[in-house]
Amino acid sequence: MTNIKSIKAEGGLTEEAHPSFFKATLAIIQKDLSAEFRSFELISAMLVFSLLVIIIFNFALELDVKVRQSVTSGVLWTTFAFAGTLGLNRSMSVEKDRGCMDGLLLAPVDRSVIYFGKAISNLIFMLVVEAVVLPVYSLLYNVNLFRLDLIGVILLGSIGYAAVGTLLSTMSAQTRTREVLLPILLFPVVMPVLLASVKASNGLLTGAEFSEVLTPLNLLIVYDVIFIAIAFMVFDHVVEE
Amino acid sequence: MIEVKKLVKRFGLKTILRGLDFSVQPGEFVALLGPNGAGKTTFLRILATLSRPSIGLVQVAGYKLPDQAAQVRAKLGVVSHMPLLYPDLTAEENLRFYGRMYGIGNMEERITEVLGMVGLENRRKDLVRTFSRGMQQRLAIGRAVIHDPQVMLFDEPYTGLDQDASEMLDDVLRTVAAEGRTVVMTSHDLARAEDLATRFDILSRGVIAASTTQKQLKDTNLLSFYKQALADS
Repeated sequence: MTNIKSIKAEGGLTEEAHPSFFKATLAIIQKDLSAEFRSFELISAMLVFSLLVIIIFNFALELDVKVRQSVTSGVLWTTFAFAGTLGLNRSMSVEKDRGCMDGLLLAPVDRSVIYFGKAISNLIFMLVVEAVVLPVYSLLYNVNLFRLDLIGVILLGSIGYAAVGTLLSTMSAQTRTREVLLPILLFPVVMPVLLASVKASNGLLTGAEFSEVLTPLNLLIVYDVIFIAIAFMVFDHVVEE
Repeated sequence: MIEVKKLVKRFGLKTILRGLDFSVQPGEFVALLGPNGAGKTTFLRILATLSRPSIGLVQVAGYKLPDQAAQVRAKLGVVSHMPLLYPDLTAEENLRFYGRMYGIGNMEERITEVLGMVGLENRRKDLVRTFSRGMQQRLAIGRAVIHDPQVMLFDEPYTGLDQDASEMLDDVLRTVAAEGRTVVMTSHDLARAEDLATRFDILSRGVIAASTTQKQLKDTNLLSFYKQALADS
């Protein structure tokens, strides 16, 4: 028989555990980042896919300078959307495959903590990929994308995408056909975010009047708020048996 | 410590638990036995707040489910045949993560304490993906006790363990029980259950078909009792 020491907490550990919402959310984000920056499984897949897509578009379209400006937002958001799906699938399958989702659900915290933790992690992964894709795209297409206003639109679009994507990937992760199901569920729902992002980005890149950009920008902000609020309200039911 | 009355659980048209009554006193070690499909895992998942009861009263550590699920979770430690660990994190990173999810204060001391308890102090900096199945299960127990729970639920904890790892788990379970924690364990291993538990409940077709204690088993053995209970159910 092995000598097992006591598991009683010596310092009278926790009479009642009281993890705060913020600290628990931060714990999930840090856990996801630590695991990912050690394995690079998720980011490397998203990056390779994104770079391949913009290279294929570059060769396929053979564009002149004027046309390049007009297709840039479409190519960029198509790339971000498809690469994002890869990341969302992987991020949730890590939790599901080894039962870690149950581990998260067993924590004495509001379950929306899990949603916000995973959504912010997914957003960070998307932003890392976008930070690499933008300079490569600028180089290949000879278009200046380093503008604060454009980066703001990309950030807003990514927030909306990660907000909806995290909720739907949690749902699809519970099915056997999750890789196929996620894009089928996600793209119709996230369409308003993508359309508003494309329109706002296009307006900024083609030098349109600010009033023309304002409408899609407002829509984008409203969609972000609505999607986050809906996800916050329904997440508990999504993860429940 | 655990009180369950007329519990029904349905998945769509299929009824898994059919008015189950169950109660466990503080410090008791109950082995929940039964054939595949009897509803053991479903029942344990309800106690663990991972699944909602369709009908019935479920109370754990004085809190009602599903309304006071967060309070129940703070008192519970759960070990299943899945380790619920992240392979790309080290042993101590896994424990630190779960410790933070439970709001533990003296984290580093507690991690050292728990790793010592499961005999993994010298592997604390190693990635979980490099661990054997037995080591992962030991760390899974460490994860489950990190917040010093009053009630522990074990769902088929011996699945996939070799002889040495199973013996190590026996010792951990004895320690857990000796410290006065309430334990409910599902298992197909009747010999191990007989050796460890103080009470044996046979779950069949969604209800407790029979129940006995270690003392009452003196004249017979658990296998005969189990077979008889299933035959009568």
